[in-house]
Amino acid sequence: MKPLFALVDCNNFYASCERLFDPSLKNKPIIVLSNNDGCVVARSQEAKALGIKMAVPAFQVADLVKKHNIKVYSSNYALYGDISSRVMATLESMVPELEVYSIDEAFLNLSGLHLNSSLAAYGRQIRQRIQKHIGVPVCVGIAPTKTLAKLANYAAKKYPATGGVVDLTDPERQKRLLELTPINEVWGVGRKSAEKLKRLGIENVLQLAQMEKVRAEKLFSILMAKTIDELNGNARFSFDDAPIPKKQLMCSRSFAEKMTLYPPLRETICEFSAKVAERLRSDQMLCRVVNVFVRTSMYCPGEPTYSNSATARLSVPTADTVTIMKTATELFDSIWKDGCRYAKTGVMLSDLCAKDQLQFDLFESTSGKEHQEKLMAAIDQINQKGNKKIWFGSQRPKENWFMRQAHLSKAYTTRWEDLPEVT
Amino acid sequence: MPEQIPEKKLPLFTEAVAAGFPSPATDFCEARLDLNELCVKHPAATYFVRAQGDSMIEAGIFPGDVLIVDRSLTAKHGDIVIAALNGELTVKKLETKPKSRLVPMNSKYAPIDIPENSDIEIFGVATTVVHSLKNL
Repeated sequence: MKPLFALVDCNNFYASCERLFDPSLKNKPIIVLSNNDGCVVARSQEAKALGIKMAVPAFQVADLVKKHNIKVYSSNYALYGDISSRVMATLESMVPELEVYSIDEAFLNLSGLHLNSSLAAYGRQIRQRIQKHIGVPVCVGIAPTKTLAKLANYAAKKYPATGGVVDLTDPERQKRLLELTPINEVWGVGRKSAEKLKRLGIENVLQLAQMEKVRAEKLFSILMAKTIDELNGNARFSFDDAPIPKKQLMCSRSFAEKMTLYPPLRETICEFSAKVAERLRSDQMLCRVVNVFVRTSMYCPGEPTYSNSATARLSVPTADTVTIMKTATELFDSIWKDGCRYAKTGVMLSDLCAKDQLQFDLFESTSGKEHQEKLMAAIDQINQKGNKKIWFGSQRPKENWFMRQAHLSKAYTTRWEDLPEVT
Repeated sequence: MPEQIPEKKLPLFTEAVAAGFPSPATDFCEARLDLNELCVKHPAATYFVRAQGDSMIEAGIFPGDVLIVDRSLTAKHGDIVIAALNGELTVKKLETKPKSRLVPMNSKYAPIDIPENSDIEIFGVATTVVHSLKNL
């Protein structure tokens, strides 16, 4: 069975979620900020067109925001987590195997699927269904390897003429796209690797695909050699096997025997929390957002269907199993319902940051973790009170920094008091 | 003088113990009735919204009521729909014949025509209205 993958990815996901319940935002420039960092984490197309770059500190674009009346939002994880789980649930009902890669991306395993239509038509079906059922736009890239599927998705986004769907199974088409694409767009090629490749004279992806694998492994890593294989159409990364550090980490399982009782289901949440926290630590990362989801089977007609998720934002980034497990089990308790035959549960960690990127150096002491936690709690308290705030490192903003006007939109789908209103 | 409370060691079960008695009805047990089953046919595509105003009282939709909206359904003539109109979400009856328009269900208000190339978007079809008789 020849491997075939699709990568489905939501367009400007956070901004698209904000638009869902506020039609006045259609075609308007929007940016979404990360609360603590004060950086831009999402932009609508219109905001991109105005020159707002990804990850810029918010105060740097304050003038642009004022000038063009750009709408600013703080990250609304409760909303984004719920919309994401709906997208994934819908994709799951369309394909037998799904691998959630991040809050807005998933790989679909299309190997061996019998389709009544062309791959592109199938991709359009996926796009249309997500747009109709959930209300967020997505792009679909289809290819014989995960790395090529990611590139196909990039092309689907970049070239509007594709209609948001690119079938990259044809080798000729692969070649043409690879030649046009800069190497930093390749999955797994980070900034440093891209610079090193450029110094070796490799600038577009086709040149990378033609690089000798032995040389690549010597100069970079075995991952680079595998990536080159993938770019040439040979699948080296199989399903549920993504060695590249993720933007989110998830541990979930579908149960062959549906589960109905609370204690064993809670056990799965504990097990997944421990597993995913362990992965986080081995990746040398910390997380700030924990999401838990449960769902009944999508395939049993006549049975009550229930699908829900809950998200929590931690005040301190952590990789501590106890903290994550405690948060996850609390979230699970909030969505647990009796009388359902659950087919799948999962724990997802997001808003990840590298452990060594956390700037605690100024306050480093020998008392360690407990001291850090006390410090963080004290800082949070001070920041919540008066006008003077404590910031880390280079975050100091201007006095009249517009971020004070930024607001959190309502938790439209997770709190009864926040339901969208219709007149 | 404080009394000594006698201690007794109790065995700790290491496996989950099913609560309740072994019932002859076990094989025939059915899940208790759930409103989700009644009202939510497509969970991933179902959103709840809250009605405000009196534009739909003749349809039995009152201010404060919760509407269950299913985006997976294709809106048809006669359906109650949630639509995006002038930057806001509104609930109205959809008519497609003889011409397309959004109709309030209250004689106080006039129907709204939907011109050919208008940018009115249908958010979803309202399938159920939850009207609380008591303040919960």
